[in-house]
Amino acid sequence: MTLGGAVRGRLAGGIVARLRHFDPTILIWLAIAAVLILLVVNPLFRLILTSLQDPVTGALTFDHYIYAYGRQRHLTALLYSLWLGLAVAAISVVLAVPIAWAVSRTDMPGKGATRILLLGAFITPPYLGAISWILLAGPNAGWLNQVWRFLTGAEAALVNVYTFWGLVIVIALYSFPYVFIFTTAALDVVSSEMEDAANILGAGKWQTTFRITLPLVLPAILGGAMVTFLEAIALFGTPALIGLPARFTVVTTQLYQFFSHPVRVEAAAAYAMPLLLVTVLLFWVQQRLLRRKGFVALTGKGGERRPIRLGRWRWALLGHTWLVLSLAVILPYAVLAQAAFAKAWGQGFSFGNLTLANFGYLLFEHQSAARSVLNSFTYGAATAFLAIGLGLAVAYIAVRRLVPFARVLSFLAMAPFVIPGIVLAIGFYAAYAPPPLSLYGTSTILILAFATRFLPIAYANSAAAVRALNPEMEDAVRILGGTRMTAIRRVVAPLLKQSLVGAWLLVFIPATRELSTALFLSGPNTRVMSVMLFDLSEEGKFEHLSALGLMLLVVTVVIVAVGYRVIGRDFMLRQQGSG
Amino acid sequence: MSKLSLREVSCAFGDTLAVDRISLDIAEGEFVSLLGPSGCGKTTTLRMIAGFIRPTHGTIAVGGRVLSTPESSLPPERRGMSMIFQSYAIWPNMTVAENVGFGLAIRGLGASEVRAQVDRMLGVVRLGDLRERYPAELSGGQQQRVALGRAMVVNPEVLLLDEPLSNLDANLREEMRGEIRRLHEEFRYTTVYVTHDQAEAMATSDRIVVMNRGRIEQVADPFTLYNRPRTRFVAGFIGRTNFLAGRCNGGALHFAGFSLPAAPLTPRPEEGAPVLLSLRPQYLRLSGEAAPATAPWRLQGRILHRTYLGEQWDYLVEPAPGAAPLRVVAPPTAVHEVGASVRIEIDPAQVAVLEAGAD
Repeated sequence: MTLGGAVRGRLAGGIVARLRHFDPTILIWLAIAAVLILLVVNPLFRLILTSLQDPVTGALTFDHYIYAYGRQRHLTALLYSLWLGLAVAAISVVLAVPIAWAVSRTDMPGKGATRILLLGAFITPPYLGAISWILLAGPNAGWLNQVWRFLTGAEAALVNVYTFWGLVIVIALYSFPYVFIFTTAALDVVSSEMEDAANILGAGKWQTTFRITLPLVLPAILGGAMVTFLEAIALFGTPALIGLPARFTVVTTQLYQFFSHPVRVEAAAAYAMPLLLVTVLLFWVQQRLLRRKGFVALTGKGGERRPIRLGRWRWALLGHTWLVLSLAVILPYAVLAQAAFAKAWGQGFSFGNLTLANFGYLLFEHQSAARSVLNSFTYGAATAFLAIGLGLAVAYIAVRRLVPFARVLSFLAMAPFVIPGIVLAIGFYAAYAPPPLSLYGTSTILILAFATRFLPIAYANSAAAVRALNPEMEDAVRILGGTRMTAIRRVVAPLLKQSLVGAWLLVFIPATRELSTALFLSGPNTRVMSVMLFDLSEEGKFEHLSALGLMLLVVTVVIVAVGYRVIGRDFMLRQQGSG
Repeated sequence: MSKLSLREVSCAFGDTLAVDRISLDIAEGEFVSLLGPSGCGKTTTLRMIAGFIRPTHGTIAVGGRVLSTPESSLPPERRGMSMIFQSYAIWPNMTVAENVGFGLAIRGLGASEVRAQVDRMLGVVRLGDLRERYPAELSGGQQQRVALGRAMVVNPEVLLLDEPLSNLDANLREEMRGEIRRLHEEFRYTTVYVTHDQAEAMATSDRIVVMNRGRIEQVADPFTLYNRPRTRFVAGFIGRTNFLAGRCNGGALHFAGFSLPAAPLTPRPEEGAPVLLSLRPQYLRLSGEAAPATAPWRLQGRILHRTYLGEQWDYLVEPAPGAAPLRVVAPPTAVHEVGASVRIEIDPAQVAVLEAGAD
């Protein structure tokens, strides 16, 4: 063979070998990266761009910032949000920590019922809580005030929900479960031996609790408090239902007002920045806090754990627990159910007042209520499939390190975790509402935005599930002649089925009740139940409102109960992912 | 010609060199163990042979065909090998028969052919009556047999085993290593076995490759490895031993506190060079001063410490005042009191001369 022939042969052999050894995963990586850029990077990028650009000329300008922060009213709203967040966080800690300690460490009776009612508070959409509390503590016809007047003969109202503190308490009643989840997760791994060590050195029961146990879980309590703070400042429904009638605005309701005619999306983008920055910053702080040395010591083997005998104090703790749960779940659910089946909710509980007309009206007469129920569940299901599909793909690639820079993908998949829903909605609006895509009001933009919002839940759960799979299971398929795809189809998918059902529900449930994202993006035909509720509240027909709310609640409870059965009792009260 | 051949193979993870230019040839039907402490590079070597890891230097060839180079690596599913994993990696969603039949189905065999071969293999690994069970219903030893059957039924080019017995308890481990050797006698697959347990390696292998810090220390059959270790690492890793470090001068070996004639030793150490010897405790003999001496090397020592273990005595003997003590294993009948003066007899034919200075 000539030299030229040999060289050509070598080259051809090299190319054939390359092709034979070519790894198609790189194409999948590129496809997923493109989707994540579309869903996560572009909306954020457009949000920032919109806030800095003249809408007509495209020139760089700070006018939107000057407009957004140049008015007393707008600045006051920022301040209100800050106070709201701080007050909600503080009250949540007061409500949650004694219950967490009682459930995790003591012999308080009724722990099972407590957990179930806590789950109830956790899955109640906050805006439904707000509607119930308007029925309970409205200044004139509110049930608590009616009972108070009846008992005392007083003229004045006992409580008024339409105040700043009314708003704080209603939000806290549905945020405190976060503190509970964080605190019990930490308390559950504090071994009794740590307390025994203090006892043997002469510390009493209470001294041990306050000097040893609670300080040990303090980082977890603070972590939970930060989540409630962020939850409170990002919440839209409750401040709109309670704050707007009381004539004060917070950041989220102010953002909404930028969207009433004429729509000032540039000002909204500029005004959303503090919310975004504070969220990113606090989550960063929270991660640092939970990673600190003192907390890591708790993650070792728990050792034996014995419940502390409370003696007479058990009744005090039980009283606190049931007071909180009555205010969060029992009373609100009762008045909501009463109003849903009442001709007029103010007339009380009587057979004469019972009717199914509210449901009939919503399902058969109202032009879009029935449609909104259907939309909620179809969009929720589509969102869950999309988010789980994407989250699982990213998780598998990242955990198995199939491609270089897989960490970039997992970072992008987790990024929406620190974007408040209302900010994400404005980003999506800025990115995809204008031409050429003009997706505003379509089901596509709603599903994409929901999937982005809940992608971190899908990713974190998928990653945990993949991590629990021994990679040797897949190696065994490959060495016996199966490809990576065969391994995924025959081994990975069947083994992940159950965890994926759980993850699916964890996305589906919040997606069916999401309000702030939906409100900014839905159109006349794509309204979902939460948006419908919000619209009905402006009409002031609380019977219709309650009936629709009750339907949402019942369906949610049924789905959660299914999850509870299929996946196990703690499936929602577990600490999710890095959150 | 060798079946499996590694040429100058290295593997670096970032800055750390896990495997450092190892070369190895394994003959068709040979059973070879890679033995070494954790982190010595043996599992990395195995996974490079399997195709899960690409070498950063060198080539791996099977039957003369190059499979792995730093530029390209044939994926594991196209190598026709099979492997048994530390965790067994039995698929919990498939029955025993489905697990064992998987590789055959992938190779496109018809259902009846798969069934026949699976039945035959389940008979060989003694799982015939468990074919419809799921792995969760099996004991550790049974799962191990499923893994063996699944790997062998496909008639692999090369059979790879990655610490397959480390998750079993001691009794089962002994039984299964006999089983692995029995199956090797039956099928004669070219086999590479990774382990950190010297007893396992000695019981199963035709040849053992001792690895340390990513390099090969010695390749030999079990008998040679134990009796003629070449390096300090091998002598210390395979069984217990006494090291004697000294220097050869004027036909004698000078150690701290005593000297011995160099003549009976093979290979004979060079004049003036440092010397390192390995003396197995089993090959040292203690006797009273009255008994007739038989071995060419004799030392007068004193018992420092003793431990009675039932099957044997462990003595610690000082071969000369102030010299480093030697460990001696003696039969239960050889009783010497602590402090007693004894004669230590050494057969130079049983002494291994190590590469001095290494390690």
